[in-house]
Amino acid sequence: MLLDNWLFVGLLVIVAAGIPAIVLVIARLLAPRKPNDAKLDTYECGMETVGDTWVQFKVQYYIYALVFLVFDVEIIFLYPWAVAFDHLDLLGVIAGVLFIFLLGDGLLYAWRKGALKWN
Amino acid sequence: MLLREAAATNYFNLVPWVVFFPVLGILINLLVGGRLREKMIGVIASLAVAASFAVAVLLALSLNDQHAGTIIAFMNLEWISIGDLHIDWAFRVDTLSVTMMLAVSGVGTLIHIYAIAYMHADVRHHQDPTRYRRFFVFFNLFIVMMMILVSADNYLMLFVGWEGVGLCSYLLIGFWYDKGKGGANHLDGISNALAGKKAFITNRIGDFGFLIATFLMFGAFGSLQFDTVFTKAPFASQGTILAITLFMLLGVAGKSAQLPLYVWLPDAMAGPTPVSALIHAATMVTAGVYLVARSHELYALSSQAQNIVALVGGLTALFAATIAVGQFDIKKLLAYSTISQLGFMVAAVGMGAIVAGIFHLVTHAFFKALLFLSAGSVIQGVEAGHHAMEHGSIKESKHKRGEHLNEGGEFDAQDMRNMGGLSRRMPVTFVVYLVGALALAGIFPLAGFWSKDEILAEALHLHPAVFVLLIIAAFFTAFYMTRQIWMIFFSKPRSRPAEYARENSLLLTLPLILLAVLSVFGGALNLPFWHTLTHWLDYTLAEGAKVGSFNYLVAGLSTVLALAAIALGIFLYGKRYQAQAKLPAAQRPVDPVQPYLRGAFTGIQHKWWIDEFYDWLILRRYVALSRFLSYRFEERFWHDWLHDNAIAGSFRQTAHFLAQPVDLGIIDGIANGLGTISQRFASWIRRAQNGFVRSYATWVLAGMVIILGYLILR
Amino acid sequence: MSGYGIEDLVYILPIVFLLVWALVLVLVEAFTKRPDVTMLLAAFGLLAAVTLSVIQFGTEATAFKEMLTVDGYAVFVYMLVLASGLLSLGLAYDYNRRMGWARGEYYILMLFSIAGAMLMASAANLIVVFLALELLSIPLYVMAAFVPNDASSEEAGLKYFLLGAFAGGFVLYGVALIYGATGATNLMDVVAAALGTNSPVMLLTGAALILVGLGFKVALVPFHMWTPDVYQGAPTPVTAYMAVVAKAGGFAALFRVFIAAFPSVSADLTPVIATLVVLTLVVGNVAALAQKNIKRMLAYSSISHAGFLMMAFVTYGSALYADAVTSLLFYLLAFTVTSFGSWAVVIALEKAEGKGLDFEDYAGLGKKYPMLSAAMLVFLLSFAGVPPTLGFAGKFFLFRTVLEAGYAWLAIVGVIMSLVSAFYYLRVVRFMYFEQGDPEVRSEPVLNLVTAITVVGTIFLFLFSGPLLAWASEAVLALI
Repeated sequence: MLLDNWLFVGLLVIVAAGIPAIVLVIARLLAPRKPNDAKLDTYECGMETVGDTWVQFKVQYYIYALVFLVFDVEIIFLYPWAVAFDHLDLLGVIAGVLFIFLLGDGLLYAWRKGALKWN
Repeated sequence: MLLREAAATNYFNLVPWVVFFPVLGILINLLVGGRLREKMIGVIASLAVAASFAVAVLLALSLNDQHAGTIIAFMNLEWISIGDLHIDWAFRVDTLSVTMMLAVSGVGTLIHIYAIAYMHADVRHHQDPTRYRRFFVFFNLFIVMMMILVSADNYLMLFVGWEGVGLCSYLLIGFWYDKGKGGANHLDGISNALAGKKAFITNRIGDFGFLIATFLMFGAFGSLQFDTVFTKAPFASQGTILAITLFMLLGVAGKSAQLPLYVWLPDAMAGPTPVSALIHAATMVTAGVYLVARSHELYALSSQAQNIVALVGGLTALFAATIAVGQFDIKKLLAYSTISQLGFMVAAVGMGAIVAGIFHLVTHAFFKALLFLSAGSVIQGVEAGHHAMEHGSIKESKHKRGEHLNEGGEFDAQDMRNMGGLSRRMPVTFVVYLVGALALAGIFPLAGFWSKDEILAEALHLHPAVFVLLIIAAFFTAFYMTRQIWMIFFSKPRSRPAEYARENSLLLTLPLILLAVLSVFGGALNLPFWHTLTHWLDYTLAEGAKVGSFNYLVAGLSTVLALAAIALGIFLYGKRYQAQAKLPAAQRPVDPVQPYLRGAFTGIQHKWWIDEFYDWLILRRYVALSRFLSYRFEERFWHDWLHDNAIAGSFRQTAHFLAQPVDLGIIDGIANGLGTISQRFASWIRRAQNGFVRSYATWVLAGMVIILGYLILR
Repeated sequence: MSGYGIEDLVYILPIVFLLVWALVLVLVEAFTKRPDVTMLLAAFGLLAAVTLSVIQFGTEATAFKEMLTVDGYAVFVYMLVLASGLLSLGLAYDYNRRMGWARGEYYILMLFSIAGAMLMASAANLIVVFLALELLSIPLYVMAAFVPNDASSEEAGLKYFLLGAFAGGFVLYGVALIYGATGATNLMDVVAAALGTNSPVMLLTGAALILVGLGFKVALVPFHMWTPDVYQGAPTPVTAYMAVVAKAGGFAALFRVFIAAFPSVSADLTPVIATLVVLTLVVGNVAALAQKNIKRMLAYSSISHAGFLMMAFVTYGSALYADAVTSLLFYLLAFTVTSFGSWAVVIALEKAEGKGLDFEDYAGLGKKYPMLSAAMLVFLLSFAGVPPTLGFAGKFFLFRTVLEAGYAWLAIVGVIMSLVSAFYYLRVVRFMYFEQGDPEVRSEPVLNLVTAITVVGTIFLFLFSGPLLAWASEAVLALI
């Protein structure tokens, strides 16, 4: 019975893969190919694209993003912690404090090492 | 005899083929059309429609025996089933729908044949032969959608066809989307596309009304199936019925070009002439009339709604007829005439004179298609003359000719002021045009006479106010048609191209002749005392069609008025027009009627400024709002201020402030160094064959696969 | 709340202390920016952790709902990796300054990864194994790429990271499969559930995947490909450090997990393990023969030692596994001491980053620096398993256990491979004593101290291998 269900899923996978494949093949066979500049242009929200798409990003963006992540993670974990604060025992409180210390530690380090300075 | 036997068996099951034959035509042309010659493409498309017509004939024969008709559910397909909403894909075969099918596919076949010749010679298509196939694909698609519309068994399926024909209309109006000069916005090369857009958007407003009506119906009756709706409608409150019918009227006004949504139809003449004939005169625009006729049981429940519909129709008939008097473009004039005639039909079905409305719908399809196609013939004849003059032996300096130019500054082959005297150059076209015009003017015994008089007679005792409107409109109709005939065909040619105009080939004129025959004898469908159509439709109409008594008084009055209008037209556009033409340009009036109408002529010439009024009332407000949203709100407020200043700026400042006391040398080094390191890394990896991580990973993977393989196969 | 208490933290105090200390050092480094201060504080932290571990000795407890176990086995590994940490601090201190990239983060990262290795030894839950593996590995990736603006170091780090992440995925997938098969991740629950299942395919697959993932960490063939590249590209002290600590952590977890959780599938897995052992021994030793660069040679040598260590593993399902673990711990100890010693000599000879690492650079060492070359001789003999060195004792106990378990053929392969290994170890000896050359060596006190300690350890501990073995077997008793 279980196998039957899986058989159904397997059939679905085959059909699901088959339909787009058939459509693509038909389109290949039938579609006229007349590319022009407008068709080949990169589409970006209807705006005309400016410059090259393969630009190097400054690595500082990522450093910023990483530091920013500290706050993200902090929010995610501290929120449930704060909600359950009434029911926490001592170890729970210590764990929260440790956690803040851990993130603050990293942030302080990054700050002192100049990760937040843009140049 | 044979036919009778054939009809004895029942052909109702064939009804899906009225849709599928054109679909087949589309598929053939899409798949292999690229390899076919032009003619073949046209022939395939025409055959597809002709086959559809044949099916419609078989259906009609079957109906003759089994008057009640039937509902054919296609493959028992449950189309939509959501919650309480169950809609089947079903075809309705009854006398009303088959009448529409016959008209659509019959006239459609003739126009398809005409289009084979016309589109070949269409002067604007010479550089782009691929459009020929596109044209016929769209044309067949239109037939498909129209057939879905008329054969629908529920409002949603009808709506599918309704939207589909709108789409085809849009596609075909903008068929020369890269052509068309000038226009209201002075945008070169896109005014045709703008005309398509205008038609589409205006229709959307109407469709919105239709959709609301559909929602209301589902809410009130729990179904969209015609019979169910009509059965439950008498138990609904008066307010509900009024709301449904009036919202539906909005849809009708959009599709059938009634006040106040008629503005798109004259612009729609930007499409090729066969399109104007088939879609914008004979069939699609009558969909609104069909919708009211189909829903007459709803309208019958609300006399207010009937009143409003009849008034809208009557006002439109008169209003458009006045504008038609001031037009110089041969097709625009016919467009306003169409609006006016649609007004007649809407008024008729609004009053409850369903048979009269449908009768006029059918005869109008004959003679208005004839007029449009003939107009196309005239245009091509004049173009041919123009062409011969430009490239042929006849040489003449341009500025001497005094031709009327279009907004693009080119010779305008559609301007009637450039014509004149064509009766000798194009005799066949002249004769059929004359037949069409007389039929439209309502001259005994042509088709228009019978159908129009039936409407007028019904109006007289059902709705006297509308009767007055319509009979004045009828007077104008005869007048502007006389004006047109005279300007095109009589007196002397007013431009050199007109002098050299040529009659067109038989392929083009043959459909004209057939349509002319239909225009002459079409009235036989429902002659007084026989009432063939009335009895025929009687099987479908709920309360039974009333056999209207032939009113000699009305017939006489309308004939007298028409003859008077014709006489007036001949007087004005005959000798007087010739005499005026000799005056110096400064003293010459724009049109012979101008001195009599004075300011009013300026009004009708500018179509009573309705376009400008809509532009001021709606377009400018809308554009201003969108500008405000895009520029002020999105760019200034959202992007510049909130995003750049408030968020990014403050973040930057905060970051700057935080980082101030820290030495930055290390970060700088990393930022600068990473690029070169990664480059060196890449070149190193190329040299070291053995150093590829991917090959290492493959080894890990291979090891794992072998282990697992061993464990499982052991 | 959850049933966790302060006592849970106390049980694993050495780890907790080390982690907190490392976090404090992060701030110290950020505000003082003096690598030597950080280094001294790190050394102090390691010593303190050793002290705490000694206090812990004899404790038998589980913490955090049986997710962590503190027993003799764990404490033995604690001591081993903490000692490794101290030794590699000694290696790195002078070296980093000499190469001009002394930075405090190095020592902090090392503390983190040592804590990870300790957690691996204590992990009694598959999820914790994975977490500990990541805590051990991620600092190692960074340390491998620690040389600024040096392509080969960056490459080593990136390669290690990519492949490590790849292998980590196998571990995680294995854990998932085991959870699917048994509904548990705690080792004790897994083994209980495994006994009840009659179709162990999923369990077997999961165990095999964990074997692959951890086999990658300890560099078993064919999961070893990263090892030579990374060992060569990484800074030498890092190489020394990871050769020992990553192996110690990996083997510690591997043994505990397999012995505690998968005895039911031992019959299926033992042939696989034996095959891996043979492959690793052959490939490691034969490839080492072809090397001319000492770092690369030592890398392949460490692969071969992984093979020897793994040898003990073939017995894991049998009654002899306690002996096997004892000999494994002992061999690990021998390998640690010998390995650090040899790396100390390599560092003493390394001129600039990547220079002075070929065998030719060792020519004439015996004449010019007799003490240093004598030390190197001891280490190489110990690697090769020649008495009177600790390496000999390690191999001796190992082979004996394997023989007793009935794997005579495996023991013979091991002995043959020890002989093969003698060739390439002795090639270095030949260069040192029988070739002409003028090597340059920097004599630095801390490095010399490390060399002295390890050379003494290699010989001295051999003499006391009896009591040492007793200690190791005592440590293992708790595992049963």
